[in-house]
Amino acid sequence: MKEKAVVQGFANNLDWRNRKGVFWHVIFQASTIVGIITLITLIFNVIDSAFGYVAYEARVDPDTLTMNGIPLEEQSKEQLVELLQSTLSSGAYNKLNNEKSFEDRSREEVFQVIVERIIRPKVVRVWDLWPSLTQADEIRATVAQDFPKAELDFVSWLTRDFVTRPQTSEPLTAGVRTAILGSLWTIFFTILLAFPIGVGAAIYLEEYASDNWLNRVIQTNINNLAGVPSIVYGILGLAIFVRTLEPLTSGKLFGLVDLTTANGRTVLSAGLTLGLLVLPIIIINAQEAIRAVPRSLRNASYGVGATKWQTVWSHILPNAMPGILTGTILAISRAIGETAPLVVVGASTAISFDPSSPFSKFTTLPIQIYQWTARPQAEFQSLAAAAILVLLILLLSLNASAVLLRNRFSRRF
Amino acid sequence: MMTNNNSEPKYVIETQDLEIYYGDFKAVTNVNMKIEHNKITAIIGPSGCGKSTLLRAFNRMNELYAGTSIKGNVIFNGQDIYAKEVDPVEVRYRIGMVFQKPNPFPKSIYENIAWTARIHGYKGNMDELVESSLQQAALWDEVKDKLHQSGLSLSGGQQQRLCIARAISIKPEVILMDEPASALDPIATLKIEELMQELKKNYTITIVTHNMQQAARASDYTAMMMLSGEGERSGTVIEFDETKKIFTRPSDKRTEDYVTGRFG
Amino acid sequence: MAELTEKKLSTMSLRRRPRWGETIIQGLLFFSGFFSIFITFGIVYELGKEALLFFQMPGVDLLSTITTTEWKPHVNKFGIWPLLTSTLLTSTIAMTIAIPLGMSVAIYLSEYASPRVRSTLKPILEVLAGIPTIVYGYFALTFMTPLLRQIFGSDVVQIYNTASAGLVMGILILPLITSMTEDSLSAVPRSLREAAYGMGATKLEVAVQIVVPAALSGIAAAIIVGISRAIGETMIVAVAAGAGPNFTLNPFIGAETITGHIVRISGGDLSYDSIDYNSIFALGLFLFLTTLVLNIISQAIVRRFREVYE
Repeated sequence: MKEKAVVQGFANNLDWRNRKGVFWHVIFQASTIVGIITLITLIFNVIDSAFGYVAYEARVDPDTLTMNGIPLEEQSKEQLVELLQSTLSSGAYNKLNNEKSFEDRSREEVFQVIVERIIRPKVVRVWDLWPSLTQADEIRATVAQDFPKAELDFVSWLTRDFVTRPQTSEPLTAGVRTAILGSLWTIFFTILLAFPIGVGAAIYLEEYASDNWLNRVIQTNINNLAGVPSIVYGILGLAIFVRTLEPLTSGKLFGLVDLTTANGRTVLSAGLTLGLLVLPIIIINAQEAIRAVPRSLRNASYGVGATKWQTVWSHILPNAMPGILTGTILAISRAIGETAPLVVVGASTAISFDPSSPFSKFTTLPIQIYQWTARPQAEFQSLAAAAILVLLILLLSLNASAVLLRNRFSRRF
Repeated sequence: MMTNNNSEPKYVIETQDLEIYYGDFKAVTNVNMKIEHNKITAIIGPSGCGKSTLLRAFNRMNELYAGTSIKGNVIFNGQDIYAKEVDPVEVRYRIGMVFQKPNPFPKSIYENIAWTARIHGYKGNMDELVESSLQQAALWDEVKDKLHQSGLSLSGGQQQRLCIARAISIKPEVILMDEPASALDPIATLKIEELMQELKKNYTITIVTHNMQQAARASDYTAMMMLSGEGERSGTVIEFDETKKIFTRPSDKRTEDYVTGRFG
Repeated sequence: MAELTEKKLSTMSLRRRPRWGETIIQGLLFFSGFFSIFITFGIVYELGKEALLFFQMPGVDLLSTITTTEWKPHVNKFGIWPLLTSTLLTSTIAMTIAIPLGMSVAIYLSEYASPRVRSTLKPILEVLAGIPTIVYGYFALTFMTPLLRQIFGSDVVQIYNTASAGLVMGILILPLITSMTEDSLSAVPRSLREAAYGMGATKLEVAVQIVVPAALSGIAAAIIVGISRAIGETMIVAVAAGAGPNFTLNPFIGAETITGHIVRISGGDLSYDSIDYNSIFALGLFLFLTTLVLNIISQAIVRRFREVYE
């Protein structure tokens, strides 16, 4: 009787508990699905803006620029320069010449200037991809009614030309070549600073450092640096590379640059700033890769009387290298996507010529996206979307190569 | 200086009141033993009694584990290897080691030996050295046609013999073996034991084993280790004598229990 | 072979030989390790120096900075509260999204999802975590803001507003919280789960009442790191939250955060030693110290958590 009383003390509540279980299972699953839908929305939103109908009007008809019967597209560089000289005011012409002399510009670059300064096609309205696909007839009707002189084209803002054209202020002819090259120059210096020091620090901490307070401070410090907001690195870069080390980072010290216009806001400063930013990430990733090298290999090497560096160089580094490279690639993709520190370091707002030395002014892909996004006109949003696609494709291929590297050299022990 | 007087045995390694610590924990207490030239000395005892720890202290491999320290002396050919001015790299060059789990470098068979010789400045004919080392390790016939394949492509027993070949390629005086056959099948084990008898002619060998038959078969001297002292938590050598004597009429009761299988 | 033997006999001493190469390399490696200390020192020194200069400027003092509610550099008013409230506003909105969603996803991944589902979802999270923040900024401005204006009316929701920035920031932080939480959930020993199942607990009861409490410190660390990330997040607010400090708690109107302000000020023509120049260092120092304290707390929590199972 006593036992039964105890059993009766329990509620027969399994049904209810199971229902509660199912309810929360649905909640957890739904949250996950929300996350996935968000990612899809984000990507769709970018693609939506990167393609679609555009209505535009030319301010000057290119046919009126035919010279000696040669249409504009086929004129030589000299003829194009002449055309610019005769059409633009001398002040405007000289200003362009000062930015980069026409002698140094390629024919293609001069042609860009003509499109930009003389023909000046003007976007009057932009449609996203979705309306362009679903309401094409209405769009045509609207254009015919509101902008009778305008041409309506279905454009992909992301084209091969978009990638190879320099930056301009005209949306229809703008490209991201300047920005891509800026990103590459910047990343080059980032790697130059962060890779050797990062791997060196990881080797030091994993193989050399004994467990004393100094080394614990170094390790804790690295972990903390990895959590410092990127904009703080930008401020540090502004103070150290742009200002304090200006003679070095502007190139004045080497006398290679025009002393009147040179300042520290160069690809070199930007690259070094990002180098400091990714250094802790590279160190932490490299430490993990080095730690994954089995102890038995170290024993084998020390056991035959190898020194520390012989062990590190011949056994630990070769075996940790795939992991180190994977970690470095991930850190580099972080650097490629960084915007805020470079704004602070002083990316140029509008440059249309490619960086050509460590001391060039710079813009990068994310900076370009930022500047286009910040403009209210829809056509610039579309440009930003196209540039985002370029950036994402770049990052995706970097990440894919990291994954491939990881799988190809997966553990041999 | 190095006269070999047959009547008086020559000792290569001698420990004096050796104690080994992991941090504050004393893992091995009060070891005094002498390891004789060109003999095989076995260290036996139940697992966890500090056999491997003691062995690693003979060529300062223990230093690679954070927090280890020693008290007392380890004398190698008259020099204390723990003296301040001694280079542990130099010690390991003279006192080689073979580990429990075969650990060839992930390089070719040839490179495993060549790299080892190269770091010690070997300038002679590398092919000859590789061949003679592999021959001494009784591996040459099995691998002579695939010297440039990875060392990891070999079987476990072959890998271990490669590790032995690698160790003897630089002519150490002593080879420390830490349960070298415990990861191998019986046939491979037998080959390693035969090899040890062969190597004994030129080298002094100290081997840790948990396999008593192996110690009885292969060794000249045996050290029996057991947890004792410090509340039965610290290992020490309770008996050290000729192998024959240890296995037939040990003087310590605990040794007798252990070798006759009555222990634990 | 002979050479090797001879060499050995001739150098019988075990004495340390100088190995200059080894010493130089060790020095270089130590320098690499120590380099990170220089970075921290540089941050503290440079930011501290300019921040001190800022507080020495005429009309600026620490007390009025932390007590007044107007940040108007052109009339020398530097009350930090408008920047602080919008920072807190965006971060709070972000965490309101990211904590429940992130924990749900983490629980789903760790306790419910089959290995196959998990191995597809985790890379998706990694992709989400790898998207540059400027892309999220674009998303906030071109998707979230129009969406909010459609829902609440464009007279209520301004084009630039902290709600949109905060919501998207929540999405940005989601993968971070998820992966850190998931790590600590899967670190809970299997035996603990089995003990609960063995007494007839349902999956939900095991997950919520056994596993989550056991992983609580790891989850707390994840949340703190998330907050630190939200406070330091820059590009989303720079694009979508609005330009111009605004002392308000209304999430539907524009207000500039600390990070957004730094970006706007330094994006213009910034001359050295101007009060604007110095002010961004003072703000930067504030950001650095705040996030540092949060990160240290989170690491301390993680360390304590580790001791439980080892």
